[in-house]
Amino acid sequence: MKFGVVIFPGSNCDYDAYQIIKTIMKEEVGFLWHQDKDLNGCDCVILPGGFSYGDYLRTGAIARFAPIMQEIFNFAEKGGLVIGICNGFQILLEAGLLPGAMLRNSSLRFVCKWVHIKVEQEKTPFTNNCQRSQVLKIPVAHTDGNYFISEEGLKKLKENNQIVFHYCSPQGEIDPVYNPNGALENIAGICNLKRNVLGMMPHPERAGEKILGSEDGRYVFNSIITFVKRKAN
Amino acid sequence: MSKEKKSYQATVYVRLKEGVLDPQGTTIKRALGDMGYNGVEEIRSGKFFEVSFLSANRKEALKLVNQISDKLLANPVIEDFKVEI
Repeated sequence: MKFGVVIFPGSNCDYDAYQIIKTIMKEEVGFLWHQDKDLNGCDCVILPGGFSYGDYLRTGAIARFAPIMQEIFNFAEKGGLVIGICNGFQILLEAGLLPGAMLRNSSLRFVCKWVHIKVEQEKTPFTNNCQRSQVLKIPVAHTDGNYFISEEGLKKLKENNQIVFHYCSPQGEIDPVYNPNGALENIAGICNLKRNVLGMMPHPERAGEKILGSEDGRYVFNSIITFVKRKAN
Repeated sequence: MSKEKKSYQATVYVRLKEGVLDPQGTTIKRALGDMGYNGVEEIRSGKFFEVSFLSANRKEALKLVNQISDKLLANPVIEDFKVEI
């Protein structure tokens, strides 16, 4: 299968994403330029972390209008897999591919640390290699990860099982103490109704090797690979 | 020459919707308390944009500014905006 990593001006986790797929997952991967109008036959598009367009106006607000995004809208509409990590998640929210919005962290600080997230939905293309309630150790690094959605929107997210990850303790306890940014109800990642678009604040691409502190990020990429290969057969 | 376009200046005020937490406003309020200004009950932060452009008439001008505010300058999920021309 083939991954495509989009590069916006200011993306800075693009090579991390490329690296884990190429050398750890050993799958095909290429870069996609923000001005491109073609996804080059990718099976999964990764919107990487970083500070696209300097985070001007709001995080992800400008990237959302880059030419490549039109292709990504079409791709997602047809059921193509799109994963937005950190700034990528913010872009997906601004683009309306996922519901809600990001506010500044409640601490107003850039938060860069290891967190634990609980897998609430294992029946998605991004988590099918996980067990329900499995705890993953993955790092976060952001200033705007304070997820917000209206009461009505939250109700819909819950009804449709779209909350994929919650911040939690190493044992899986969900409590405000383990919330790094003030996100509503400890929400760390959500998917769309069709479950082919995922946004998450933690960086699975930074957790691919023991020497880095955790290999749990592999679960996300392995799930994607499993899903695409199963579909192809 | 009724088709000649005129120059307009608009101001767009963007602020967080009521009920949406404003971490910056809360922190500024706390700082004011530390400075001795204890009577401050609430601070809500926001931003404004000055937009200069050409348009056929005031109605068209208003329409355009409302459009760009809704599409880009504000995020309707969390923010309200007000346009003045």
